[in-house]
Amino acid sequence: MSASENVAIPGTIPQAVPVRRGMPAWQVALVVLGGLVVAIAPAFVLESFPLFQLTMAVIMGLAVLGLNMVTGFNGQISLGHGAFFALGAYATAILMSHLDWSFWATLPVSAAVCGVVGYGIGFPALRLGGLYLALTTFSLAVAVPQILKHKSIEDWTGGVQGLFLVKPDAPAWMPGALTPDQWMYFVAVGVAGVCFLLCWNLIRGRIGRALMATRDHQTAAEAMGMDTATLKTRAFAVSAIVTGIAGSLSAVAVEFVAPDSFSLMVSITLFVGMVVGGVASILGSLFGGLFVLFVPNIAEAISKAAPGVIYGILLIAFLFILPDGFAGLLRRIAGRLRGRG
Amino acid sequence: MLGRRQILAAAAGALATPSLVRAEETVGVTAGEIRIGNIMPYSGPNSAYGVIGKTEQAFVRMLNETTSFAGRKINFLSYDDGFSPPKTVEQARRLIDQDKVAFLFNTLGTPTNNAIQRYCNQRKVPQLFVATGADKWGNWQDFPWTMGWQPSYRTEAQIYAKHLLAERRDFRLAIVYQNDDFGKDYIAGLRDVIGAERFDRSTKTASFEITDPTPDSQILSLQGSGADVLMIALGPKAAAQAIRKVHDIGWQPLRYLTNVSLSVGAVMQPAGAEKGVGIITSGYLKEQGDAAWREDAGMNEVRAFVRQWMPEADLNDSNVVYGYGLGCTLRQVLTQCEGNFSRENILRQAAGLREVALPVLLPGITLQTGPQDYRPIQKMQLQRWDGASWVRFGGLIEGASV
Repeated sequence: MSASENVAIPGTIPQAVPVRRGMPAWQVALVVLGGLVVAIAPAFVLESFPLFQLTMAVIMGLAVLGLNMVTGFNGQISLGHGAFFALGAYATAILMSHLDWSFWATLPVSAAVCGVVGYGIGFPALRLGGLYLALTTFSLAVAVPQILKHKSIEDWTGGVQGLFLVKPDAPAWMPGALTPDQWMYFVAVGVAGVCFLLCWNLIRGRIGRALMATRDHQTAAEAMGMDTATLKTRAFAVSAIVTGIAGSLSAVAVEFVAPDSFSLMVSITLFVGMVVGGVASILGSLFGGLFVLFVPNIAEAISKAAPGVIYGILLIAFLFILPDGFAGLLRRIAGRLRGRG
Repeated sequence: MLGRRQILAAAAGALATPSLVRAEETVGVTAGEIRIGNIMPYSGPNSAYGVIGKTEQAFVRMLNETTSFAGRKINFLSYDDGFSPPKTVEQARRLIDQDKVAFLFNTLGTPTNNAIQRYCNQRKVPQLFVATGADKWGNWQDFPWTMGWQPSYRTEAQIYAKHLLAERRDFRLAIVYQNDDFGKDYIAGLRDVIGAERFDRSTKTASFEITDPTPDSQILSLQGSGADVLMIALGPKAAAQAIRKVHDIGWQPLRYLTNVSLSVGAVMQPAGAEKGVGIITSGYLKEQGDAAWREDAGMNEVRAFVRQWMPEADLNDSNVVYGYGLGCTLRQVLTQCEGNFSRENILRQAAGLREVALPVLLPGITLQTGPQDYRPIQKMQLQRWDGASWVRFGGLIEGASV
């Protein structure tokens, strides 16, 4: 996999190198500044509907990142991440609508619930490899909408009718009057930004290399002394947490949760987002989110009669043109630039 | 280049037609068009209902060719949500925030309309004649901008209960229902009329998941309870299987069937025409396959429409008839607006339908609304399967006022 090329191999960089290889500091600052502008500008440039779409795309990107952590970086195929997405959404919705919690307070709870369940799912994953794991997680995604409708928890989940909740308002200390849509965008970008940063930090370090080593050759990784069982279960937990937080965000952005919102398609959509964005790529996840949100709309604009067909064709075209996703394209461009320089 | 003369002429024109200037201020209405938004599941598991949206589009094409409303044509924007509530929210926001439609019309599905109901009411955008049979759309107190159209499933169940109480003094009732709000509304409706205490004492229910392959085991367990009345509240495929199973095991209860599944071609024939003899259901729309409407003026109107404006459609699909009824309702409301297409007036006219007869409704059934009556169709007629077609009997029945 090309992803591991990005990771510096420890030991090859001499300890006393005075100047870091790669970009000089001013370039890093420029990139960070540019990123911030790109992240903040839409809130003031776009009208409320495109802004809402972009908010949803960022949220989907975060959910794809969660899937990428376990499938992309750790090689455990999951077709059931829609279940964690639903779990996070429902955790937030139940706490907000029944117990009047603030949105921020629900985030740690949602993360904890998803983390525990994800950890639990990680155990059977140890015994089930590849396709069998895909099917096991798939069954989770199939079961969740029906579990949410079950009579015994209907008082909490609202049954088939679902639950309503309200977007968090912009706090009073914010300068200027932000509309709820603008604030929601900042909340989504802020939370997603922190998660992306944490995941990036995790992946580029010791644990990230261990995850990828387990993916690429488990026996070799074990021979080198890595505790692959712990790695795999924890990777599942982290992945579930990230996707669950995305679910929480989506619940408040849409202001409604219902079992029908979390059908099997959500899991498949996340998987599509991961592959299109780039397997085992942090930034690619964001592109994946943009893809799964905007491309179906483009497909519908082209043909109302058969949007599914157009979407399928676009998907195949993307995979044909960008076989390793958006991330691969970026990598190629970066490589070419570097080669020229 | 604009000459001075043209500018003067334009200015004079603008001054001379103050009504146009006022129209500019009304959301979704310009000098030449009225924008109306619609959301349908054109893709996904419920895409069969997409026919309703296509029929409405064809109806609007016909209206635009033949008439205009105070000089305006209709721009009917219909988007796909794949029956997924988050997508419905996205499409509703696109219609309301970006396309700036005057109102939403006949958006389809219960969970999907649930998801956008509060948004529409906060923004005071009429969400008119939603295409769902849930009971909650008549709630004018809490959601004054949302209105239903067809009789609710609960109303329908109340009608069966009334018939049952008139028919039998003593009974043990069994219900097999789809485990969602569609199915659960039947339990609520039967309970309304039979009475909670008696209902709990004499009823056994069995739930069916839409993903279950057959309802056979539910039918067997209900038979085991010794019931002599069976309510089948299942979608078309499962209903056909249930009818067949009940017959094959030799159980002979008095059977009621939800009108969602009354299709001759999709339910009664696959189940076996002779196996369903005696089943009772109810209706409010005319059926294309029903011999009684072969020469009916109203149905002939529908047939002529289909021939000219959507020749690819299947007339036996009851969704076409349904969509035509909605098209007529739209025409009626826009005509009643008399050129004032503000959201307030559109809602007022939708809530001001007086005994409006539609070509597709059974004789005697009309649209009737008021500021405190958001249920346009409340009457239905019972019908019994005779092995070849549905035979209507008795008069029109209204649901209980609960």
